[in-house]
Amino acid sequence: MPPIPEPVLRGHPFFAGLDPSHLDLLARHASGVAFTDGAFLFREGQPAETFFLINGGSVALEVAAPGRGPVVIQTIGDGEVAGFSWLLEPHRWEFDGRAIGAVAAVRVDGAGLRAKCTADPLLGYELMRRFARLATRRLQATRMQILDVYGHAGTR
Amino acid sequence: MLAPGDVGQRAWIEARPWRVAAARQETSDTVTLDLTPSGAFAFLPGQFNMLSVPGVGEVPISISGDPADDGHVLHTIRDVGAVTRALCALRAGQRAGVRGPYGTDWPLAAAAGGDLLIIAGGIGLPPLRPALYQALAQRDRFGRVILLYGARTPDDLLFPAELARWRARSDVDVEVTVDTADRNWRGNVGVVPNLVDRVLFDPRAATAFVVGPEIMMRFTVRALLAAGVADDRVYLSMERNMQCAVALCGHCQLGPFLICRDGPVFRYRRLDRWLGIREL
Repeated sequence: MPPIPEPVLRGHPFFAGLDPSHLDLLARHASGVAFTDGAFLFREGQPAETFFLINGGSVALEVAAPGRGPVVIQTIGDGEVAGFSWLLEPHRWEFDGRAIGAVAAVRVDGAGLRAKCTADPLLGYELMRRFARLATRRLQATRMQILDVYGHAGTR
Repeated sequence: MLAPGDVGQRAWIEARPWRVAAARQETSDTVTLDLTPSGAFAFLPGQFNMLSVPGVGEVPISISGDPADDGHVLHTIRDVGAVTRALCALRAGQRAGVRGPYGTDWPLAAAAGGDLLIIAGGIGLPPLRPALYQALAQRDRFGRVILLYGARTPDDLLFPAELARWRARSDVDVEVTVDTADRNWRGNVGVVPNLVDRVLFDPRAATAFVVGPEIMMRFTVRALLAAGVADDRVYLSMERNMQCAVALCGHCQLGPFLICRDGPVFRYRRLDRWLGIREL
């Protein structure tokens, strides 16, 4: 796949407002990918050296539950990001990521990016800030799911 | 049909027996009763009736049908306790006690001219459905009409055939999510507040109607405000322990408000302070 031009990354909500030089660097670590319905973008336990900017379609994050089959814990849609595990040790995917319908995405080489982040703390901080915001949002959503808010609807 | 805003405190009236024309099982624990009024009846979207079963009790239930259809008054009821269980067990030909309608309505006129977001969680969709019917009947009065709806699982989604029909329309944006699902579900898994960022709308003139569990509403309001929707254009429908429905008993007090008299539909700005007090 050819590298992704910088404007493509700039147009993705996750990178909105990022410094142009950082976008240019990210573009050199990015490539366009496509997945057919049911294809896996990543599998639990495999090395996580990439993350994906979803540009079309959606991705189900799944976990295998013994006796229940795969359980979908979250869907990542157009304009969102799949993958934190490239950022932190041990760099292994925590869940399966499966395409629902045709998925278009930008795959970013996280391993290469980690080295750049170490060399350029401003880039590292900016990316960490964005991924932290994303992780916080997902954590809050997970808390709401755990609360099972629809399961408590009064007693009368 | 009632005129918008034609609500307020109602005098106590005795419940009248209304005949069940049909009872439709919506999900494993939720039933829609199609009731035939015993006389003339009109309501506004967002209003509720007090439904009763003799010897069991009485509960407030929002009206879930089309305000323009005065022959069929629908109530969608989730079986969560003795009274709702007795109501859910009613079958065609039996009767339920009804008094109402009560409460404030969704301010559709105030929402006209801008985008309208209708946001429901769980059993929060039935109180909003009349507003959606009315908005669609007057479609050219609004910009985008957006329905965001979430439930616990795909099996808990209410009105799936109607959701499909709305989704097929080019003039309504419908986003549905569930908290958990297996692989057979091809829709979204996640929470309702996160849907707010997924839809296009102009927050400067958008109005949002929100109903669901209070936690879901709190986080949804945060998402709306973060998106730029003004707090005086966000409306919630509140639930408390409503008993008399005519501002006599005080059971449904929330701060200075009685939900039955001042609500159930409130502008978020009026409620903000009181929702933040944990003891209430």
